[in-house]
Amino acid sequence: MRLSKASIAIAAAGVIAGAAWAETARADYDSYTVPNLVYRTGAYAPNGIPLANGFIDYFNMLNERDGGVEGIKVDVVECETGYNTKVSVECYENLKNEGQSGALVFNPHSTGVTYALIPKASEDKIPILSMGYGRTSAADGTVFPYIFNFPATYWSQASAFVKYVGEKEGGMENLKGKKIALVFHNSAYGKEPIKTLETLGAKYGFELMLLPVDHPGQEQKATWLQVRRGKPDWIFMWGWGVMNQVAIKEAAAIRFPMDKFIGVWWSGSENDVAPAGPAANGYLAGTMHAPGSNFKALEEIKTHVYAKGNGAGEEARVGEVLYNRGMLEAIFTAEAMRNAIKIHGTKDIRGEHVRDGFEAIDLKEADFDRLGLKNFMKPIKITCENHEGDGPIAIQQWDAAAGKWNIVSEWIEPMHDVVRALVKEDAAAYAKENNITPRSCS
Amino acid sequence: MELIYAVLVQPFVDMYLDPLIFIETVIKGLMAGVLYSLVALGFVLIFKASGVFNFAQGVMALFAALTLTGIMEYMPDGLPKWLTVIVALGATVVIMILLAVIIERVVLRPLVNQELIILFMATLGLSYVLEGAGDLMWGSDVKVLDIGLPTDIWDIGGVYVEQLDVTAAIAAGSLVAVLAIFFTKTRIGRALRAVADDHQAALSVGISLQQIWVIVWSVAGIVALVAGIMWGSKSGVQFSLSLIALKALPVLILGGFTSIPGAIIGGLIIGLGEKVVEVFWYSVHGGAVENWFAFMLALAFLMFRPQGLFGDKIIERV
Repeated sequence: MRLSKASIAIAAAGVIAGAAWAETARADYDSYTVPNLVYRTGAYAPNGIPLANGFIDYFNMLNERDGGVEGIKVDVVECETGYNTKVSVECYENLKNEGQSGALVFNPHSTGVTYALIPKASEDKIPILSMGYGRTSAADGTVFPYIFNFPATYWSQASAFVKYVGEKEGGMENLKGKKIALVFHNSAYGKEPIKTLETLGAKYGFELMLLPVDHPGQEQKATWLQVRRGKPDWIFMWGWGVMNQVAIKEAAAIRFPMDKFIGVWWSGSENDVAPAGPAANGYLAGTMHAPGSNFKALEEIKTHVYAKGNGAGEEARVGEVLYNRGMLEAIFTAEAMRNAIKIHGTKDIRGEHVRDGFEAIDLKEADFDRLGLKNFMKPIKITCENHEGDGPIAIQQWDAAAGKWNIVSEWIEPMHDVVRALVKEDAAAYAKENNITPRSCS
Repeated sequence: MELIYAVLVQPFVDMYLDPLIFIETVIKGLMAGVLYSLVALGFVLIFKASGVFNFAQGVMALFAALTLTGIMEYMPDGLPKWLTVIVALGATVVIMILLAVIIERVVLRPLVNQELIILFMATLGLSYVLEGAGDLMWGSDVKVLDIGLPTDIWDIGGVYVEQLDVTAAIAAGSLVAVLAIFFTKTRIGRALRAVADDHQAALSVGISLQQIWVIVWSVAGIVALVAGIMWGSKSGVQFSLSLIALKALPVLILGGFTSIPGAIIGGLIIGLGEKVVEVFWYSVHGGAVENWFAFMLALAFLMFRPQGLFGDKIIERV
C-alpha cells in the first residue's frame, strides 16, 4: 500500500500534536531547581541568615502544603558566598545547570554580585531577581531582559526619601538651603543613590554631603565627626551589616535626632537597631513591605514547616524584617514560575520561561490576600519594559520600648519623572558600551 | 594652586576656626587609638614569646566576646546583673585559658623547631577553626553585649566625650601597667623574656617552653577578651569583630612587633592621624581614607625605622 503525501503529512501533524499535548499534560521534571546565593557565615551573616531562612522556609512550606509549584517540588540549593563576589560568581557557574530544570532564577543578595552576573545571566538566559537592590538601570527591561529589581530601585527609594523630607519640612520648596548627608557603604551598592540625590539636590536646592564608610564599617568615628562638623539637617544611610549598627550608635552618641535619620531598606532590620538599645528609638528606614508576623503566609510556614521541626531558624524570629523579605523573594519567584507554566503551557520550564513569568507579574490586592499577605505591600505590575514596577515606598520607625517597627508614612510614590529619565540614560549608555540592541517590547 | 591651598592651608584654617571639633577629633582619635592598641597588644605578647605573628588574634577577640555573651544568655534569670557579669567573665577567662592549653598541645607543640612561617600558617588555620567553633557554639546573630559599662556621653563645653571610650582607655592603661609589672618583676615574666630572646638558651637553663607558651597564649586570650568587650559593646558582638585585627596591623608596623609601649603609642598615633586627616582633609580626598591612611602612615615610618618606633633593632654580624 502506498501512502499519499497528504496522508503522511496528516500523520506527521498528528504525531507532533500528540507530542505537544503530552508535553502540556505531564512534566518530565521531578523537581525545579532554585539556587540561592546565601551568606550564613562571615561579617554579613546576621543579615544573610534571616534572608536565607525566609526564602527556604517559604518553598519548604509550598512543598509540604501544595507539593511544590503546580505539583512539582522546588529544590532550593543554597551556595555559601560569605558575601564575596568572586565566590558568588563561582556559585553561579556551579549551579546554573543544576537539576533537570537548570537554575530557574538567581538571587545574588549583593549589588556587587548582581553587577558581576548581569552579562553572564543574560547570556545564559537565567533571570536574576535583585529584589530592591542591584543595578538601578536594570529596571529598563529592553536593555536588561533578564534582570529584575522590583518592587523599587535605589534611585526610586532615594527620591521617595526626598519627598518624605520635603513633606516633613512643610513643602518641597523648603528643601532649598537644607543639607542632606548620605552615609554610605563605600561599594557599588552604597554609591547607587548618589546620582539621583545629586540630580534632586540640583532640582530642589538642597546640599548633598557624601560620607563614605569603608567595609565593614566597624569604626566610623571620623564619619560622625564630619556629621558634627557639617551639621546636616537630615541623614540618609545606605549601609549593610555592622555598618548599620555602628552608625546608629554613633548617631546617638552625637545626639543626632533619630527621626531625621533615614536608612535604606537594607538598613532597617531588628539587627540594626538592637546594639544601640533605647538610643535607637525613633530611627527611620525605608520599606517595601509591612513589618511583623501577623500574616497568614507566616502562619502557614509555622504550621507546615516549624511545627514539623523543619524550620531553617528559630520560630520566634519568623516575621522579622529580613525574614519577611526573604519570604517575599520566594513568593515572587514562585509566582513567576506559575506564570511561566501558564504562558508556555508546559511544566518543563527553564530560566527563559521564568523570565517571561516575571514579566507577567501583576499582583493586585486580591492576589496578596490569596497569598496570605493582606496589607503586606502595595500591588505590583511588571512588564517587558519596566522591570522595577511602580514601587511605592513606606517609611517605618523603630519603637525601642515595644521592640518593633511601625509604618509611619503613607505609601510614597517615587519621582518617576526624574528617576525614569535617569534609568533610560544609564541603560542607553550601558547598551552602547556593550553593543546591545535594545529589544522591542511592543 | 587650589590643590596646594586645600592640602597645606585650608585644613589648618578649619582647625583654627572650629577649635571644638578639632579638640573632639583629637580626643576621639586618641580613644580610637587605644582600642586599636588593645588588639595590637595581643599580637605583641605572642610575637614576643615565640616570634610568631598570630593571625588568629582578631578571631580570638571575637571568640572571647561570643563566649561571654553566650554564657550571659544561659545564666538563670533573677540573678543580680553584677553577679551574672562576674560569673560570665570568670567562666570566659577559664575558657580562654583552656583554649591556650589546647592550642599549645594541638597546634604549637607538634610544630616546635619548625620554620616560623609554618607556625604562622598554623595560626591562620586556627583562626578558621575558632571562627567556625564560635559559629557552631553561639550562632551568627548580632548579640548585644551589656556588662554595665557606661554608654552615655559627657558634654564638656560642647566637646562630646564617650564614657565607653574613656573606660576603654582606662582598661588599656591598666592592662599595660599590669603586663609591664608581670614582664619585669615576676619570675614567669623574666622567663618569658628569656624565651623571647633565645628559645634554645632558655631551654638549656630549664625554662619550660610549653609552660611559657600556655601562659602567653592565656594572657593574649585575656587581652583579646578585653578588646572584644570594648569593641563588642559598641557594635554588638558579631563576626565582623574578627576584622578588627586589620586595624592592629599598622599599629604593629608603627610601634614594633615586640614592644608593649610601642603598641600603645603606635595605636595613639594611628588613631589620631587617621581621624585628623579624615576630618580636616576631607575636601581633598572625599572621605573613607581611614583604612589606607593608617597603612600609609605606618609604611612612611618603616622607611626611617624598619623595626618600628620601639621594636628591637636587628643587628646581624657577618
